[in-house]
Amino acid sequence: MVASCFLRKCLTALAGLLLLSFGSLAASQIEDQTEQFFRSGHTNNWAVLVCTSRFWFNYRHVANTLSVYRSVKRLGIPDSHIVLMLADDMACNPRNPKPATVFSHKNMELNVYGDDVEVDYRSYEVTVENFLRVLTGRIPPSTPRSKRLLSDDRSNILIYMTGHGGNGFLKFQDSEEITNIELADAFEQMWQKRRYNELLFIIDTCQGASMYERFYSPNIMALASSQVGEDSLSHQPDPAIGVHLMDRYTFYVLEFLEEINPASQTNMNDLFQVCPKSLCVSTPGHRTDLFQRDPKNVLITDFFGSVRKVEITTETIRLQPDLGNMESRYKKEWMDEELMEPLKYAEQLPVAQIIHQEVTGHQMLARW
Amino acid sequence: MPWLRGPRKPSSCLPTPDIRTCHCQQPPCSAVFLPTALFIPSLVLQIGAFSLPPASSQRSPLLCSRVVYTSCHFPWRPLSGPPEYQFRSAHARRRVGLRERKCVRARRFPSGRREAPVPGAAAGRGSAVPEPPLPAMGLLSDPVRRRALARLVLRLNAPLCVLSYVAGIAWFLALAFPPLTQRTYMSENAMGSTMVEEQFAGGERARGFARDFAAHRRKTGALPVAWLERTMRSVGLEVYTQSFSRKLPFPDETRERYMVAGTNVYGILRAPRAASTESLVLTVPCGPDSANSQAVGLLLALAAHFRGQIYWAKDIIFLVTEQDLLGTEAWLEAYHDTNVTGMQSSPLQGRAGAIQAALALELSSDVVTSLDVAVEGLNGQLPNLDLLNLFQTFCQKGGLLCTLQGKLQPQDWTSVDGPLQGLQTLLLMTLQQASGRPHGAHGLFLRYRVEALTIRGINSFRQYKYDLVAVGKALEGMFRKLNHLLERLHQSFFFYVLPALSRFVSIGLYMPAAGFLLLVLGLKALELWMQLHEAGAGPQEAGGASGPGPPLPPAQSVGLASLVAPLLISQAMGLALYVLPVLGQHVATQHFPVAEAEAVVLTLLAIYAAGLALPHSTHRVMSAQAPDRGWMALKLVALIYLALQLACVALTNFSLGFLLAATMVPAAALTHPCGPRPLYAALLVLTSPAATLLGCLFLWRELQEAPLSLAEGWQLFLAALAQGVLDHHTYGALLFPLLALGLYPCWLLFWNVLFWK
Repeated sequence: MVASCFLRKCLTALAGLLLLSFGSLAASQIEDQTEQFFRSGHTNNWAVLVCTSRFWFNYRHVANTLSVYRSVKRLGIPDSHIVLMLADDMACNPRNPKPATVFSHKNMELNVYGDDVEVDYRSYEVTVENFLRVLTGRIPPSTPRSKRLLSDDRSNILIYMTGHGGNGFLKFQDSEEITNIELADAFEQMWQKRRYNELLFIIDTCQGASMYERFYSPNIMALASSQVGEDSLSHQPDPAIGVHLMDRYTFYVLEFLEEINPASQTNMNDLFQVCPKSLCVSTPGHRTDLFQRDPKNVLITDFFGSVRKVEITTETIRLQPDLGNMESRYKKEWMDEELMEPLKYAEQLPVAQIIHQEVTGHQMLARW
Repeated sequence: MPWLRGPRKPSSCLPTPDIRTCHCQQPPCSAVFLPTALFIPSLVLQIGAFSLPPASSQRSPLLCSRVVYTSCHFPWRPLSGPPEYQFRSAHARRRVGLRERKCVRARRFPSGRREAPVPGAAAGRGSAVPEPPLPAMGLLSDPVRRRALARLVLRLNAPLCVLSYVAGIAWFLALAFPPLTQRTYMSENAMGSTMVEEQFAGGERARGFARDFAAHRRKTGALPVAWLERTMRSVGLEVYTQSFSRKLPFPDETRERYMVAGTNVYGILRAPRAASTESLVLTVPCGPDSANSQAVGLLLALAAHFRGQIYWAKDIIFLVTEQDLLGTEAWLEAYHDTNVTGMQSSPLQGRAGAIQAALALELSSDVVTSLDVAVEGLNGQLPNLDLLNLFQTFCQKGGLLCTLQGKLQPQDWTSVDGPLQGLQTLLLMTLQQASGRPHGAHGLFLRYRVEALTIRGINSFRQYKYDLVAVGKALEGMFRKLNHLLERLHQSFFFYVLPALSRFVSIGLYMPAAGFLLLVLGLKALELWMQLHEAGAGPQEAGGASGPGPPLPPAQSVGLASLVAPLLISQAMGLALYVLPVLGQHVATQHFPVAEAEAVVLTLLAIYAAGLALPHSTHRVMSAQAPDRGWMALKLVALIYLALQLACVALTNFSLGFLLAATMVPAAALTHPCGPRPLYAALLVLTSPAATLLGCLFLWRELQEAPLSLAEGWQLFLAALAQGVLDHHTYGALLFPLLALGLYPCWLLFWNVLFWK
């Protein structure tokens, strides 16, 4: 009896011990999960997808952009949050043997045009000016909401561009270019106007790495299909359609994204590994020095998906201010910055001064 | 140097390149008769003399006026020259020795003997007369340097001419060798690769159509228009016909036709999802000597296949023309709503936008061993090189044996054999292009800037043969790629010569060959012009010095007349050569037992030969004054005239320009009224345009490995003359008028120089 009682006590103690250890284990797991849950500070997702080249033989650029469009839409970003710019209408081109389709794979395996495509800027609307206006939000008041990037400082934005480029520029249509400096300045303007939380920039063009090397604004991660001095190459030649269907880099990115679902834990480091030189022929590049977080903690769905963060748990979680809550961290950073240097408007052009000052002869001479 | 000594008398100014003399007031004797002729050498010297801007800034506003003074001595100059000139010319007068010489030889002038007085004169001038005030005059060039250059040009004239001529010929021969030939490459993005699927499988159908066509043709004896219309409609085309008629200026002996009438049949395949703004053409010319049944069969089978595809962005016109090129010409004129050759034709009922490219097909057998491609069009025009590149890539893709000028493509370009073979092809192309004839129906499209090729199926004794499916697939691929075009073919070269299908020489690399040859004429003209100045001094000197602004010296009018007469007479000869043979054929047939075509050719030859008697008649209208000056001036004019003509021709049709330059330049440079006249005469006759044509015929057949006997050559020569005149009247080929109105009179001028009395 005594023995049994002792035994039971022992068992209870053991069980208690086990339970305790389990409990603590469970608690740490929950804490991890919570940390995961809060690790990205964004509350909404946007995508700006741009194809800058027209003409039938550039079919592949439209297919590139549409394949990214397909992926982000599949992963949950709605059309209202996607600004899609296509410089040409391949689906309705009279040369297209399969009207109303744009294929990304040979033998008509994958139609990236899909059933519902909402092109926001098309053909001659795709200009450098329109692109920069969309990014910076400086658009005429008459512009419909579907053509605006209505992001805020909690938005994660994916910007994908493809076309013909060179060292330091990307060609728009056949008439103009955007330079890497203009692009970097546009992103800085976005940052100053608090139009993004984090930004993922992907470009598939020749010498693509040159486009991100001038970026200087925080929280930007950038990927490119090729290094400076390298060409990006096409893939998927299709004799029936008569053109190349896709570019190599985007083709492998698309294959990678097809494996992603909204709950995937795949992170950015995996995206960096997509399309090694053996497949791409060019050397894909990436840049993370402006980005605050470690790429391995950044999920693919932070940019390609939409925020639908719901986790069901029966545990009670006490949210502590130091529980890796990015928001507070950011707040603190912001506070620090504000303390050090209060925000103020940029220097305006001193119009009044210019108008009222007397023009001296010397200045006159200098001006002429 | 003579032209630096200033004018012999204060009143006149000599045609010198030296702008210091521009302040003389009277138009000089030699400057008047040829302001334009002198303009060129004076400019050459101005440019060649390292023109320097004047040091003083106040001269700069006068820059342009100075150029005017230099180039043409017009009478708006100030009426009184600076006093230095009075002194200088007086001084110069003292120095001028006796210059009476029968023949002024070029090489004597720059010698030390002539040079001797100059330093003394300069020294004397230095003490008594100040040096012409350089800053005030605003010289553009350094006289010392220019003098050195001029001396160099004069002393080394003959070696320089020989060197330049040899360099030109050597450059041309080197065109077939790798540093100058480059590999062809596709420039047009829209046609970048051969990545299209050819699905054509209608070989049997094509043969069936061909059999039916041949049978109906045999039955009707002409193009079976009704059958063609029916068949085209049955494969789903919009079918139209066009009838035309044309009376040739004289009967065409080789094709046996005079009053020509025919009907073209064409069917339009409308692009299903595009506006009819652009089109492509596949044409088959049917003529009395080329049945082309298989080509018609393949055209119909291709039309049936194309009708089933929905990817056409351009309309495709399937055109079958009767009377081969005459039908094509009639259709093209009607399509573009022009009438340039006096063709009577009915207007077209159906159109399909601007034609972007055209392929002409000639096939006369069910199987072919190779495909030959012809690029040379009317007046030596060539299609954009990208079209040829397209043909070549599809030849490679389909594994077809493709030839250029009937020559196999050399594989090995590293050894000498490949380029030597290329040289033969290049020479053949040069001859073909120089003839200015359209070598296939494509040649007429080029006038309307429609890029076009003729593809000929050759059936020789080779083992390996291709059927119509292989040819059809190549055509389908080309059409599908042309369908991808977004703009006119413009990225690649329009001016090129081809040593092989996969090799080309661009205009920048072949032009120096013609440039070197023309440089000979320039050097000779320069030398003559300097001599002329020297020689003209004698009679002028005799005229004596008078005050400023005397009436024109008599020598001037002599110079003028001595040039105008031969110029006018030779030009009139040219006009007669151009007009009379066709105009006078009926008179000739009435008085001589010859047919019209023979009459034309014989009249042509008679007038041509009559021109050789010209020197004897021209001398009647000329005074015997200033014999040296006369022939020199005439030769100078002739040299510049020839150089200008050849330069213009070489720019548009390099082959013709080069061939004419290579033959005419040596004789033109050597011609001289003294020395071994019979030798020069023989050389001149051998290098006259007609003799060049005869020589080219022999060379052409030699290169084709079908050498001619003399009698055959003569027959071919007569046929070529008739054909040349016919081509001019029927298609607007410009070779005949160019030779008759331009080069023949020019050649007569040299003939005149040779027999100058």
